[in-house]
Amino acid sequence: MEKKANVLVIGAGPAGLCAGIETGKSGAKVIVIDENTRPGGQLFKQIHRFFGSEQHHAGVRGFEIGEMLLHKCKEAGVEMMLSSVVWGLSPEFRAGVVREGKRSMTITADKVILATGASENSLMFPGWTLPGVMGAGAAQTMMNIHRVLPGKRALMIGSGNVGLIVSYQLLQAGCEVKAVVEILPRVGGYKVHANKIARLGVDILISHTVLEVRGRERVEEAIVGRGDRNLRPIPGTERTISVDLVCLAVGLTPLSELAWLAGCKFGYFPLLGGFVPLHNRGMETTVSGMYIAGDASGIEEASTAMEEGRLAGVGALESLAFISAAEADSRRKEIEQNLLMLRKGPYGDFRHKEKEKIYSEWKKVKEKAGGYH
Amino acid sequence: MRIEKHPVLPDRPAGKKVDIFVDGRKVEAYEGEPIAAALWAAGIKKFRYTRKEKQPRGYFCGLGRCTDCVMTVDGVANVRTCITPVKGGMVVQTQKGLGIWKKRQMSW
Ligand SMILES: Cc1cc2nc3c(=O)[nH]c(=O)nc-3n(C[C@H](O)[C@H](O)[C@H](O)COP(=O)(O)OP(=O)(O)OC[C@H]3O[C@@H](n4cnc5c(N)ncnc54)[C@H](O)[C@@H]3O)c2cc1C
Ligand code: FES
Repeated sequence: MEKKANVLVIGAGPAGLCAGIETGKSGAKVIVIDENTRPGGQLFKQIHRFFGSEQHHAGVRGFEIGEMLLHKCKEAGVEMMLSSVVWGLSPEFRAGVVREGKRSMTITADKVILATGASENSLMFPGWTLPGVMGAGAAQTMMNIHRVLPGKRALMIGSGNVGLIVSYQLLQAGCEVKAVVEILPRVGGYKVHANKIARLGVDILISHTVLEVRGRERVEEAIVGRGDRNLRPIPGTERTISVDLVCLAVGLTPLSELAWLAGCKFGYFPLLGGFVPLHNRGMETTVSGMYIAGDASGIEEASTAMEEGRLAGVGALESLAFISAAEADSRRKEIEQNLLMLRKGPYGDFRHKEKEKIYSEWKKVKEKAGGYH
Repeated sequence: MRIEKHPVLPDRPAGKKVDIFVDGRKVEAYEGEPIAAALWAAGIKKFRYTRKEKQPRGYFCGLGRCTDCVMTVDGVANVRTCITPVKGGMVVQTQKGLGIWKKRQMSW
């Protein structure tokens, strides 16, 4: 089977959904495709209230934002293809798709927006493969979506926002969180999140890491210890914690295999999760007509993912002449203003700087290749 | 263990209860939930043994990416249980190594 679209959006997380809404409401034929049985990406496991300004849904919970975006997608006439994995993408924008693990098809599109999100990093230590060691996101999926408690006593590895938020959600679900360990001498995530779990009696052990996890065919205890300035364990500081769940919250890596396949140029930006497809301010990669948005373009958060999705959508619309250059400029201006606000303060400044580096790297590559298109 | 009451989330939508059979044992599950969730709720955390070292593996990424959770389901080996929905009467087996491959799988 063969299908055609003006815009193919790969990934139905916040970035992909917003890209779909932006392009669909201006009349483009849009397909949003996702491998899961339901759209929303990471949003439906996020049950805490968002920060930021009113227009970024501060105070609204992630899953409620998800519902709202799905509703808007419908209104915008977006075609949603679920249980469909994109396994390949050619530079001519032909996407190879397998539906429901069985039927194979291709989708050809004028423009492609990659919004494939991120995958969780892992960490290796003796015992890391025992049942009961899992990604923090995996625990979040288990409890918030499937309503099954991933464990009764947990150890969280990593104190970034994912580690802190998932710890709080574990407590809400009825799991005791014995400790959060953080190898750096400071907490990684927002202070408010850290304070919230500290108030509930969770030990946040900075300059500590997990040394080993033990148990007979499942997690029974974890050994944690202090690390020195070079992040090496200090002998004699070990202690044993009785847990049945160990969650890894040690960062995310952009999922961008499809961008490699399509021939996009990459750069290495460790603060944004590693290798990132170079893109310009309008989210276009080094392959003309191919855009990228959300975590796939550098790890940030749901609110920035939504704005980037819109930005990519505006670019696609303009180049397909669904909207005028003036209209595109005015939409872009508004979105860029929003992004500027979201990338402020102690947790935002560095993301702003890294993004600027990505834009300028993109420019260099394009200039080398003989001007922009 | 299932989370019956949650301080934030609305009550779990009433699902249809069905039975599945895990290594011969009857396990109660909700139709449509991932097999892995039903097993975890029933306290089953060991889904397979690795091929060389014979080490147990369970649920790890919950996204269908890592393949830690594969089991033999209705005779088909290497089914990712974290993204495969439960159907009533399913026969689920702890998998040893790569499992036994059927013709249909080989011809993919
Ligand atoms: C565990 C976890 C917890 C988080 N918690 C928070 C939080 O509390 N607050 C916050 O602001 N941010 C949080 N984040 C950050 C999060 O990444 C962003 O909030 C946001 O979800 C990013 O949106 P996205 O649209 O880029 O990606 P995602 O939401 O990840 O969506 C990408 C979608 O694309 C699909 N996909 C990928 N590849 C393919 C393919 N080849 N074919 C078909 N479909 C594909 C994926 O399955 C997924 O559904 C969290 C991230 C993780 C992983
Ligand atoms: S737990 Fe990773 S694929 Fe199922």
